[in-house]
Amino acid sequence: MSTVPTSASAHRSVPSPASAEAVGNPAGFSEPAPTKVSVRNLNFFYGTHQVLRSVSLDIPAYQVTALIGPSGCGKTTLLRCLNRMHDLYPGNRYEGTVKLQPGDTDILGPGMDPIQVRMRCGMVFQKPNPFPKSIYENVAYGLRLQGMNRRRELDERVEKALREAALWEEVKSRLHQLAHNLSGGQQQRLCIARAIATDPDVVLFDEPTSALDPIATSKIEELIVELKKRVTVIIVTHNLQQAGRISDMTAFMYLGELIEFGDTNRGFTNPAKPQTEDYISGRFG
Amino acid sequence: MLPEKKSHDLERRAHRRRGIDRWFGRLGMVLTITTLGILAVLLLNLAMNGLARIDWQFLTSFPSRRPAEAGILSAWVGTLLLMIVTASVAIPFGIAAGIYLEEYAPKNKWTDLIEINIANLAGVPSILYGLMALGLFVYYFRFGQSILSGGLALACLVLPIVIVATRESLRSIPATIREAAFALGATRWQAVWHHLLPYSTGGIATGVILAMSRAIGESAPLITIGALTFIAFLPPPAVISHPPFLSFEWLFSPFSALPIQMFNWVSRPGEEFQANAAAAGLVLMVITLSMNGAAILIRRRAQRNIHW
Amino acid sequence: MAIAITAPTRRMDKAVEALMVWILRIGGWASVLVTFGIIITLVTESAPFFAKVPVIRLVKDTMWTPLFSEPQYGIGALLAGTLVTTLVALAVAVPLGTILAIYLSEFAPARFRETVKPMLELLSAVPTVVYGYFALLALTPLLQKIYPDLPQFSMLSAGLIMGIMIVPYVTSLGEDSMRSVPMLLREGAYALGDGKLGVAVRVVFPGAFSGLAAAYVLAISRAVGETMIVAIAAGLQPRMTINPLESAATVTAFIVQVSLGDLPHGSIGYQSIFVAGAMLFLLTLGFNLAGHGLRKKFHRAS
Repeated sequence: MSTVPTSASAHRSVPSPASAEAVGNPAGFSEPAPTKVSVRNLNFFYGTHQVLRSVSLDIPAYQVTALIGPSGCGKTTLLRCLNRMHDLYPGNRYEGTVKLQPGDTDILGPGMDPIQVRMRCGMVFQKPNPFPKSIYENVAYGLRLQGMNRRRELDERVEKALREAALWEEVKSRLHQLAHNLSGGQQQRLCIARAIATDPDVVLFDEPTSALDPIATSKIEELIVELKKRVTVIIVTHNLQQAGRISDMTAFMYLGELIEFGDTNRGFTNPAKPQTEDYISGRFG
Repeated sequence: MLPEKKSHDLERRAHRRRGIDRWFGRLGMVLTITTLGILAVLLLNLAMNGLARIDWQFLTSFPSRRPAEAGILSAWVGTLLLMIVTASVAIPFGIAAGIYLEEYAPKNKWTDLIEINIANLAGVPSILYGLMALGLFVYYFRFGQSILSGGLALACLVLPIVIVATRESLRSIPATIREAAFALGATRWQAVWHHLLPYSTGGIATGVILAMSRAIGESAPLITIGALTFIAFLPPPAVISHPPFLSFEWLFSPFSALPIQMFNWVSRPGEEFQANAAAAGLVLMVITLSMNGAAILIRRRAQRNIHW
Repeated sequence: MAIAITAPTRRMDKAVEALMVWILRIGGWASVLVTFGIIITLVTESAPFFAKVPVIRLVKDTMWTPLFSEPQYGIGALLAGTLVTTLVALAVAVPLGTILAIYLSEFAPARFRETVKPMLELLSAVPTVVYGYFALLALTPLLQKIYPDLPQFSMLSAGLIMGIMIVPYVTSLGEDSMRSVPMLLREGAYALGDGKLGVAVRVVFPGAFSGLAAAYVLAISRAVGETMIVAIAAGLQPRMTINPLESAATVTAFIVQVSLGDLPHGSIGYQSIFVAGAMLFLLTLGFNLAGHGLRKKFHRAS
């Protein structure tokens, strides 16, 4: 599973309010965090081309797990396995199990309805993609899909989601205006509100800030750190500093394999595998 | 610059090139204006010869052997009823086919076959739809030489237009919007119904209007199935005074249509019939131009409203 | 924890999804049904004709008079009419359409192009009877002023108007193809000092060639299939001639002429129009497939 070196030789100290807060112990974990998603021997094929090779990891609940690695390493592919997005396109094949807690539900199980998986795992995309509808309707859509249609309930949940996404104050007076009038950063926060409105177990972030300016980026990073109190976050990022800033656990992938997975601080300061160290120090990108 | 070439020689060449460009630019502009001008000349010709004939009497009279008394009543009623049949068939089938091909159909040779088929149908001469309607609808299904046969023939003719317009509208919606809907747990149909169709109404409406405009102007298929040119009666009304208050008898009635009537008058010698033809043509042109104009406006507005 | 989604709601969603897939699939196959309808009708209604008339007569006979007491079945007469009117139309549409396509794609400012393109498409939206009227009653008298011996019905008059009608087919497809030639290719030529027309002719035109060829082929198909303009202005008497200054019937005009008369089901007249229709279908099918193939080739290349 994770490869945490026992000899601690910190090269540099990386401040990490994230993991300290989550586990209450600045030196590392003293109690294991409960697992939210356990991936076992996941192989993924696009046609005959194998994209993921025997990936196994336990993603802890109520923490931020970052997936990092160079282009083509399979991090986004792995993310999209978790909400069965690959089912939308022909020629894809999964092997292995991905169990979601609570309930020990195998996301990849033969009888598993991908739609129910997607209702438990929300997704925020690389480029903000609000629907060309009003702000209110964007957030309400997921709720309507799950059968909620009473006006008062919807109003409450929409407000709650927008507050949790740190957007409520900015849009409360124009809920029924088109989402497209918002700035890029606001649109992305709207997409986050949309994803969390239905109280999913997990929220998957696919490079959510790569299309945003630094100020919008930092707002969203703050938001993600807040969010983990309520949901488990898995984030794909090609920005190492971002991974270092906001994640508790980091998984480094290379050419479809999981190379190293463990506490973010340890991984960045004292990586166990040479490939991890090479990537982090910028020897390849 | 090649050393052998003197600079003023090159300058001369460049100057000549610019001159040719300017000349071609002017030629292009002239030809464009001329080509569009032909449309204007056409309209003007129709107006000059036929405008005088258009009055209330013309619009509400049946055709007659005496040109001065003839009118287009049965013709435009026939066209209207035909369009009801055509629209009721072509629009639902066309949109359904467009949605199926764009959102549901797997990428295999059957789908390729359907796509080649549609591309071919779009280029099949309109008269062949008339021949099909003659053999199939008029005789085999025994619908007779009726509005139903004519409307179905036209529906088959314009079906590809609706299909292509629907597909192109759906195609212009970026994949990321679909993914956003699916990621929230929508089924494919929910994504289509809640998002994709509403966002493509502009393009689909444009396609539907263009299809209907085409159908209104077609005469070859109708002649083939036997649309009569001398109809001095109107089809039975659809709303009747006794239960069940709705009658479908009109579907099986013989009929005429605007382009048919114009064709009939054009074929008759004599200035007066020609004036009638011009008047009918003018009515046709006004209908066609306004529908096409509306389609263009709708397309412009749709493009402006939704930014991807 | 996610909102508990009630099982009945999910079941209903799934049922709706399954139902809609079926309904939409029917729509998708409807277009195939139409093609089947056309082919089956043409085959079954023209088959009896070929049972009575050996195919060789279609080629051997010199006149097309299937309704005479001593019928002749030389379809060449009809094909000649179609050929000549098509050639006249192409002689107008191809040069004019191509020049307009080059002008709009390479020379005209964007706003001009955006305004003009829809107006050009209007040319192909005009009902063909109106064009026929124009050809017979406006163009022919005009041509007769230049060439007084021109008969009332002539393939020249019909062909010229058909050409105008077809221009948008060439220009629209042609201009789209040219504009999708990447700017990078043009820049190479400009950087060497070439002018706009030179670049258009030497770089863009060859680069867009399969797209343009598709446009030409589809224009041919359209011309071959045109009915009303030729029925009104070119004449309804089949005549084996290649002189555009004469009147002659095309394959399509023949079908119209016979349809205008009495057509008892199963009579020789009835069958003959299906034979003509079958010929027309084969011709245009060939052109349409070629055009479609060329267009796909262009999209793959660009």
